[in-house]
Amino acid sequence: MEVVWIVLIVLAVLVVGGIFIYNSLVQKRLQVDEAFAQIEVQLKRRWDLIPNLVNAVKSYMGFEQQVLTQVTEARANAVAAGAQGPAQQAAAEGMLTGALRSLFAVVENYPELKANQNVLELQEQLTTTENQIGFSRQHYNATVRDYNTSIATFPNLLLAGPLGFSRREFFDAEPEAAQVPRVDLGYTPPSGG
Amino acid sequence: MAAGQVQTFYAQIAANRRRSVLLVVAVFLLLGALGFAIGYAYSEDPVGGIVAIAIAFVIALVMTSVSYFAGDALVLTASRARLTNEADQPRLMNVVREMSIAANVPPPKVYLIDDSAPNAFATGRDPQHASIAVTTGLLDKLDREELQGVIGHELSHVRNLDIRFALLVGVLVGSIVLLGDFFLRSLWWGGGRRGGSRRGGGGAAILLVIAVVLAILAPMFARLIQFAVSRQREYLADATSIELTRNPAGLERALLKIGGDREPLEVANRATEHMYFVNPVKKLEARSSGFFSTHPTILERVNRLRTLTGAAPLDARTMAGLHELG
Repeated sequence: MEVVWIVLIVLAVLVVGGIFIYNSLVQKRLQVDEAFAQIEVQLKRRWDLIPNLVNAVKSYMGFEQQVLTQVTEARANAVAAGAQGPAQQAAAEGMLTGALRSLFAVVENYPELKANQNVLELQEQLTTTENQIGFSRQHYNATVRDYNTSIATFPNLLLAGPLGFSRREFFDAEPEAAQVPRVDLGYTPPSGG
Repeated sequence: MAAGQVQTFYAQIAANRRRSVLLVVAVFLLLGALGFAIGYAYSEDPVGGIVAIAIAFVIALVMTSVSYFAGDALVLTASRARLTNEADQPRLMNVVREMSIAANVPPPKVYLIDDSAPNAFATGRDPQHASIAVTTGLLDKLDREELQGVIGHELSHVRNLDIRFALLVGVLVGSIVLLGDFFLRSLWWGGGRRGGSRRGGGGAAILLVIAVVLAILAPMFARLIQFAVSRQREYLADATSIELTRNPAGLERALLKIGGDREPLEVANRATEHMYFVNPVKKLEARSSGFFSTHPTILERVNRLRTLTGAAPLDARTMAGLHELG
């Protein structure tokens, strides 16, 4: 009789423990999804801003069509990479960030563009979007690290596999992919601002 | 970022929290002791002292509640700050949104103060009810990265609940000073009336002396504690700011630029100075280290930042040279 009770109590403890583990894993996975959604909002906003910027500077930049083409292509690649998972997407977005930097570096050469209110506003909007992507990425990677650690450690790992909790990718470009091709414009861009 | 550096942040946060609790306890004990001394001295009866403690605590509780729920509005009104928005200040609002993402707090309300002295402060009872106020001078004089550093500093105050603490401490310390003043004044005017009762014995006279000493010391002690704690908070907020922006250079440049500015902020006063980014009341020459200052010197802050990032500290001469250039 006593043995039955002991078995029942052990079973109850295991079930309750399992429920706690399951709930905490679900919560952590949700945090990862929310953090990623936050990045996606900013990425979409950047995709929407870029055509406006290209249109605004197109007429001025007769000689540097190549930079504009680069930005447009990088944007198209980034949009296409959206479905290929965080690591791929991060790499494509890294390229886009680099292309935009080159574009703004070229803009510095055109006094009319630098004084253009529309371009200035777009530049500020793109800068803040890029910063927000950066900070959202830090937050996302922190939640992924937390989640990945928790599904890989005992006792959670006993339940994580069977219940379908898989590792998540960091939003981080591979070191090679992060290397943005340098555009030599024959001058050094000003630091700051 | 090195693991050791993260350790430093957490250690500083933990130390700061501990100090906060100690301060609140110390302030309440001081207030209670002061109440007891005053009550005992007046009634010459321990019961009177205990009644006075109760009264002191009720007063403190009322003032604490008022400051908790309406303190931010009072401070903002006293500083003549006006609410601003996206259309009016796009760059500022963008920077605030960026840094609130980095700090993982809701975007605070943003206020402007029309003053050419560059400065900023944060207030409110928690991150959900927080406000940041910046001067127009700050917006004119700082570039985007420097502004990020300053806003990061203010949002650290928000995230660490320094803002609630600053509001509460302001009022708790204020009530001790008020009580002390009240007692000293009533002792002066009521001296003749109580002359007869002193015949009751030497005990009452000794208590009276203790009461007077307490009444004189309490406000001094209270302000000293407040200053020491708020200096630690400035260092911590600087450290957290560069943790958030990942850009120590921006905050360092902002500190040097603001430190080199010679204008005092007109709307700041003794009651609100501890909330600001840099001490707003003193002129440059007087922004020196001292027992009574709410803020560490700019040089100390810059050098603490440089220690965290592993750069060589600046000396006072280099600082002076930078000011000449700036």
